[in-house]
Amino acid sequence: MNYLKLLALGMIVLIAAMAANWAVDLAYQVHALLVMLIAAWVFIRVLRGIDPLNIPQSTPSGYNDAVVRVGVVATVFWGLAGLLVGTFIAFQLAFPELNFDWGQPFTNFGRLRPLHTSAVIFAFGGNALICTSFYVVQRTSGVRLFGEQLSWFVFWGYQIFIVLAATGYLLGATQSKEYAEPEWYVDIWLTLVWVSYLIVFLGTIFKRREKHIYVANWFYLSFIVTVAMLHVVNNISIPVSIWGSKSVQLFSGVQDAMTQWWYGHNAVGFFLTSGFLGMMYYFVPKQAKRPIYSYKLSIVHFWALTFLYIWAGPHHLHYTALPDWASTLGMVFSVILWMPSWGGMINGVMTLQGAWDKLRTDPILRMFVLSLGFYGMSTFEGPVMSIRAINSLSHYTDWTIGHVHSGALGWNGMITFAAIYFLTPRLWGREKMHSTAAINWHFWLATIGIVLYAASMWVTGIMEGLMWREVNELGFLVNSFADTVEAKFPMYVVRGTGGVLYLSGAVIMAWNVWRTIYEPKPSKRNARMQHQEN
Amino acid sequence: MQTYTLLREFADSWVLLAMFSAFVFVILWILRPGSRKIHRDAGAIPLRDDYECVDEVAAYKSDKETSSHGKISE
Repeated sequence: MNYLKLLALGMIVLIAAMAANWAVDLAYQVHALLVMLIAAWVFIRVLRGIDPLNIPQSTPSGYNDAVVRVGVVATVFWGLAGLLVGTFIAFQLAFPELNFDWGQPFTNFGRLRPLHTSAVIFAFGGNALICTSFYVVQRTSGVRLFGEQLSWFVFWGYQIFIVLAATGYLLGATQSKEYAEPEWYVDIWLTLVWVSYLIVFLGTIFKRREKHIYVANWFYLSFIVTVAMLHVVNNISIPVSIWGSKSVQLFSGVQDAMTQWWYGHNAVGFFLTSGFLGMMYYFVPKQAKRPIYSYKLSIVHFWALTFLYIWAGPHHLHYTALPDWASTLGMVFSVILWMPSWGGMINGVMTLQGAWDKLRTDPILRMFVLSLGFYGMSTFEGPVMSIRAINSLSHYTDWTIGHVHSGALGWNGMITFAAIYFLTPRLWGREKMHSTAAINWHFWLATIGIVLYAASMWVTGIMEGLMWREVNELGFLVNSFADTVEAKFPMYVVRGTGGVLYLSGAVIMAWNVWRTIYEPKPSKRNARMQHQEN
Repeated sequence: MQTYTLLREFADSWVLLAMFSAFVFVILWILRPGSRKIHRDAGAIPLRDDYECVDEVAAYKSDKETSSHGKISE
């Protein structure tokens, strides 16, 4: 078996070396060299008889938490990176001088922006989803994770995907599809990783000892399956050269636009909503120490979301070449979607029934509830903005950016932070987080940061929307585009300040996680073990 | 007949009907008589960490035992 591995790895090194030699563009060349180095490193590890990627040879009993631990660390790391880039590009918009001359073209806004979105959605959010799903599926199935090596391949493979995507953006490799920017070979790699992820997750569910599949796993599973489908269909493209990163999309024109937003909106629906709802349905009951308010409602929530979300994409294409019936369909389904979303939010919040006092004492639970609040708010704002008349004002303005961030910072960010605070002490055998005061600080910094962000974007978005459509009595447009840019300056500074606050909250979290992991004090369990030895 | 027209014909009639009835069926199935007990049981899954195969749970259990037999001496 190891000989086969060595042979395959050797081939990869050889082909990558050839690819680096014949590369048509810089991004491809750098990626080929990266792949070559990684494959060579794994080759040497295998050759020396050590398992690749430092897989700990743990006994096959108990839960596989090692892969969850590295996932938590990766989540914190990528979260910091993504938020830092986001804050920087926010200030780039306010102060264009920050597009430094010496950094061109690698550090201009156009290249850093996809780096930010992918880093926060796929690197931060994706790692959070992978590690929490591995944690939750083991606990709710009562068995160890299926596939020892495969789960490590999922983790490291996903990190390689992130590195390839991120470096690709900076070096100019993009297929210009929002949230699907990585080029063809990165897409193929992600497909391999994702199928392995599905196998690990399904395998664990198949060997479960619990009769019922807990609803959190339904949400996780729908996230994995749907993202696989969306990713494959939206990335059907033909590479121009096998030795280059450029590819051409198979769809064209409005079909391409429709496929892109079918993908784009369902990435929101199934990546940022379903997956994170999987987290919600496990961690909120755990932290509140009582079962979900209504299990029936959670299943209705699941099916309604699954049946409705998939149709909502066309609301991104109002007033375009897309036929009216299609965009009306998208709009109607978006509005109907409001109902199950609020059903789910109420279900989560009402789980605290009889335990409301915990909100005062438990900052982690408070974070969970705040994230549900933002889930409710952005799933209300979204349907409103999808209505054609309102969209004619909001589209292309910063209102959209504000909406996305109230969902992403408020819902996805806060629930992930809370889950990290939940997981870290448990995974490293500590009684609780190093500092509860720091969690409180994080909570308030992040909350004020989001408020500054969302409020400034509402103001600037509606303002620029109104400025764009303002005409004088003769029917001429009153404002030029540059006028709106000038008028938006103060709000851009406020937005950047909100970003700084949110980022500093995350830095405090990273410190807190670090101190919890390297806590010099023995935990309760260690103390007990020492006691027994004595 | 164009492929589009044909597919559109299906989409607007039988497929729509099939998907809608599947959805209605699922919702009715959730509300079926006798589901309350199953759902209550399923809802408690995250809160019962008591599988023997798991060392974490063993620790959790011994934790309970020690607390019922008295405090750990420091």
